[in-house]
Amino acid sequence: MSKATRAAYGETLIELLADGVDVVAVEADLSKSTTTGTFGDAHSARFFNAGIAEQNMIDMAAGFAVAGKVAFTGSFAVFATGRAYDQVRNTVCYSGLDVKIAPTHAGITVGPDGGSHQMLEDIALMRVLPGMRVLVPADYRSAKGAIRAAATTPGPFYVRLGRASVPEVYGEDFAFEVGRAYVLREGADVTLAACGIMVAEALQAADLLAEEGISAEVIDVATIKPLDAETLVASVRKTGAVVTCEEHSVIGGMGSAVAELLGENAPVPLARVGVKDVFGTSGEPAELMAHFGLTAADVAEAARNLLHRRG
Amino acid sequence: MDQHEAVSVVRQVAARMRLDIVEMIAEAGSGHPGGSLSAADIVAALYFGGVLHHDPGRPDMPERDRFVLSKGHAAPVLYAALAEAGYFGRDHLATLRKLGSILQGHPDSKKTSGVEVSTGSLGQGLSISVGLALGLALDESASRVFCLLGDGELQEGQVWEAAMAASHHGAGNLVAIVDHNGLQIDGACSEVMCLGDVEAKFRAFGWRVLGSDGHDVPALLETLAAARESDGGVPTVVVCRTVKGRGVSFMEGEAGWHGKAPNAAETEQAVAELRAAIEREGVPA
Repeated sequence: MSKATRAAYGETLIELLADGVDVVAVEADLSKSTTTGTFGDAHSARFFNAGIAEQNMIDMAAGFAVAGKVAFTGSFAVFATGRAYDQVRNTVCYSGLDVKIAPTHAGITVGPDGGSHQMLEDIALMRVLPGMRVLVPADYRSAKGAIRAAATTPGPFYVRLGRASVPEVYGEDFAFEVGRAYVLREGADVTLAACGIMVAEALQAADLLAEEGISAEVIDVATIKPLDAETLVASVRKTGAVVTCEEHSVIGGMGSAVAELLGENAPVPLARVGVKDVFGTSGEPAELMAHFGLTAADVAEAARNLLHRRG
Repeated sequence: MDQHEAVSVVRQVAARMRLDIVEMIAEAGSGHPGGSLSAADIVAALYFGGVLHHDPGRPDMPERDRFVLSKGHAAPVLYAALAEAGYFGRDHLATLRKLGSILQGHPDSKKTSGVEVSTGSLGQGLSISVGLALGLALDESASRVFCLLGDGELQEGQVWEAAMAASHHGAGNLVAIVDHNGLQIDGACSEVMCLGDVEAKFRAFGWRVLGSDGHDVPALLETLAAARESDGGVPTVVVCRTVKGRGVSFMEGEAGWHGKAPNAAETEQAVAELRAAIEREGVPA
């Protein structure tokens, strides 16, 4: 079943409140797109629209957290992390508040709205902040789990959600754990470390590589901060090569985080599949995935080249 | 505590706080005396004039009022008040801005008892206060939120995002206080970026607007008590006319004293003036 990660947002907030979590949602005029409006329709007293004012949105959420609430907020990724960066840094993270920033519309699969709205630097911006945990769920179920984990774990969180439908990766019994990377497919020749919508592409890439006799291990790096060092290091010690796959700039994102980890702990040949230091552009999501080299075929090609380079 | 006694206590404490402010900034070798001194009477009135409901022995008391120092660079005035009230020992004041101190250059809620939220990046405190006030209201709390802003700070666009949100969402338990001393780092606010009619601006954003001389303690106490009384779902702002550097003759009305520490000779003179002021106020009954 294909479903967007954003579809998990509003409905999971309703479930959390029913479970006794003291949730409020603060939005900036995008509640229909982000789906926090679903929560607002069910619990209007706990839903606060800041209007088109993202800086105020983040700090209002911070104020709710100071009052003891678990405050979810988000808008679109480009605004929550870019426009309101100082608010996220100096108030949310510096005070270590229970603010859960879960914006939608991250990455190029925003589609026709174009480069102004396709946030490709948010993982970099968020993971550098002390105390911020960064989650990038791969599918709808993972998104539900990530939102739930963020709500029930103290402190600031960034949960990256997307607009486009993504294939199902996880079954009904999936339970999201903060700080854990999931080995979805075991392999011996190369590790494909992916996050978000690229997990499904990496799984397909592993199929393509298998046809050529290349055994790829696929890992869902669902938590980018803190990284699951144990799982990643163990995998590359076995395979000896890694391709990182993300719908984000190759600078500063998950690939950089993995490179930092492995460079210090288990250096192996590494290739980064991601957007190559350019802005996005208008187009349909599938077209853009091909245009920016983010398809399963691109991941497989990167793995092939890497193995060739390794010799 | 009757009104006469409250006035006496606030005046006396404010005089002592001014001395603490100058001494701690002199010891630190850096800091912001001008805006700390302009706000001393306001902060003393809040903490010691019976306005703010708080208990230094129970800093996490749920029913306490909340104070947010949006103009975080005036941290010394808050630290002076918190030390005077007993949130931490007075010996900490001499550690201001030093490595390992609980008293950071700007308020840090993780380090300092009595600081509700970290501030320092201007323009954010009112937004935080709006969320805080609405969160308390959601719990049907009787607590009030007081937020102290600088006038130069009103140049931050986010302040007006917050002002709009406060009235839209009916934050009647929110009181903003503007320390309107008319000066900022680069000079007079009117020359750097004219604020226009601050009262009219807040009124246009749907706020109840009160005003006071920010150094007239009886008027301050009366106005802040009135502000504390919720007026339906309407937020209140108290615009206080103040003098930057108030209490130290050579700092008064001088933008140059926004953010620098006095040297030894200047400290000596300032301390002499402030000690004389303490003696003038006498010991409260």
